[in-house]
Amino acid sequence: MRFGTEIVLLTLFAFAALVAAGFGADEPFRQHMWVLFFAVAGFTAILLRNTDFKPAAPIDPTAYMDGPIRYGAIATVFWGVVGMLVGVVIALQLAYPDLNFGPWLNFGRLRPVHTSGVVFAFGGNALLCTSLYVVQRTCRARLFGGNLAWFVFWGYQLFIVMAATGYLLGITESREYAEPEWYVDIWLTIVWVAYLILFLGTILKRKEPHIYVANWFYLSFIVTIAMLHVVNNLSMPASLVGSKSYSAFSGVQDALTQWWYGHNAVGFFLTAGFLGMMYYFVPKQVNRPVYSYRLSIIHFWALIFLYIWAGPHHLHYTALPDWAQTLGMVFSIMLWMPSWGGMINGLMTLSGAWDKIRTDPIVRMMVAAIAFYGMSTFEGPMMSIKTVNSLSHYTDWTIGHVHSGALGWVGLITFGAIYYMVPKLWNRERLYSLRLVTWHFWLATLGIVVYAAVMWVSGIMQGLMWREYDEQGFLVYSFAETVAAMHPYYVMRAAGGAMYLTGMLIMAWNVTMTILGYQREEQSSPGSAPALQPAE
Amino acid sequence: MDYNLMREFADSWGLLAMALFFIGCVAFAFRPGGRTHADQAAQIPLKDD
Repeated sequence: MRFGTEIVLLTLFAFAALVAAGFGADEPFRQHMWVLFFAVAGFTAILLRNTDFKPAAPIDPTAYMDGPIRYGAIATVFWGVVGMLVGVVIALQLAYPDLNFGPWLNFGRLRPVHTSGVVFAFGGNALLCTSLYVVQRTCRARLFGGNLAWFVFWGYQLFIVMAATGYLLGITESREYAEPEWYVDIWLTIVWVAYLILFLGTILKRKEPHIYVANWFYLSFIVTIAMLHVVNNLSMPASLVGSKSYSAFSGVQDALTQWWYGHNAVGFFLTAGFLGMMYYFVPKQVNRPVYSYRLSIIHFWALIFLYIWAGPHHLHYTALPDWAQTLGMVFSIMLWMPSWGGMINGLMTLSGAWDKIRTDPIVRMMVAAIAFYGMSTFEGPMMSIKTVNSLSHYTDWTIGHVHSGALGWVGLITFGAIYYMVPKLWNRERLYSLRLVTWHFWLATLGIVVYAAVMWVSGIMQGLMWREYDEQGFLVYSFAETVAAMHPYYVMRAAGGAMYLTGMLIMAWNVTMTILGYQREEQSSPGSAPALQPAE
Repeated sequence: MDYNLMREFADSWGLLAMALFFIGCVAFAFRPGGRTHADQAAQIPLKDD
């Protein structure tokens, strides 16, 4: 029977959720378990409707396993739309506080839905599906472990649903980017270990003797996130059927653990993983090998060794010992070199094919992504310098910096990879429309520029207003005055985010039509074919 | 094993071990014959679809 074991196990899982919903120690936990019950029971029903008793068709062990990757590509686009939509909503809530519809849709509950939505749901699915795509094609081996990839994919979606609904219900560990409570953390740990086994197993059965550098980056991302997630979430639940837990650390140790996690989530999730994406999809799209393979190896090791120490720069001028703050700052500054090593390597891969920036909107997207990577990895070390940080910390400048990295680097390189992968995964000759890719590119790029520039102005203004003293040593501005001064920038920021979201919606349309097999009849963009000159 | 002992280890032998490992990685990448090996490795994604 198809899905036989799965159906039995899922039914037991749904029953356990039902029991937990009945015996839950607190109201949010009971509500959350109802969500879990309906999610698992609904999934089981879908499997039951699709089961049959025919003998399974034999699997060709040499063919690549692309089913979970197709689902992953769709999930990436779907969660991208959701996460960015929530982002625009909370940007508007900051500008117009009347838009807070409590308690479920307050800013405080929606904000982690946005951050986890774009980082872990959009970015995580992008990393999941591209890593499985890349590892098979650079190892020339089918994914290891049979249906393990399906477990990883659906298990990860369940984590996203449980995390997001938990935030809306008010369940939070209040650790930034690690808000899910203990039971959701345990579930993610199980899924992540399965992901590690899947990825490592595929590498171990490879037919290509050398492990291509993209896989090194992906593997470092998987291993490090496992370590960060487990250590940062060490906590003691107040009840085994309750939604509250207490961290194993206290005081400044807790803060440092949190930012050791937080910054390395940036370093290994949003940087190393997406560099893996860059090292496969940029060479493929421009059809050239990476500029310097040896540089990629050296900057890989440099990045790995340096990033892990940079976290304390989030705790400048706090109770954290001075030496630890300085350590964080120094390592952040040293990170300039490997970061720019990666940027130069990515950009120079185009040497000899620079004309493709003009003719191929996907290449343009990738190049813009790498350029934003260079810019935000320049800005980040600068902001980690203590004197700069004394102005920038806690202001909107930080928000602008994060978004130039997240929208510019992570977003654009993901769009490029998805646009490359989708026609290949569904055996389409080409995308539905390249002109829509151009539209997406310009909407996204202008959206980022508006967003980042507005947040620079707003953040520096905010920082300067906070530190403005009069001649008698009194603060010139009250906090409320600084908030009022930022209103116009908040409106402009929402406009920049809305442009980016519009680009994402265009992508969703383009990808959907490509999957459905349509091709838009259109004139190719100017310059994509060389204009013929009359012979003279 | 208290904090001070671990700290002491981290900024002496631990630091030395990591620095040596990193220098070893760089030296390995630049070893004689490393270029041809690297050039072949760079072709891996382009070899098939």
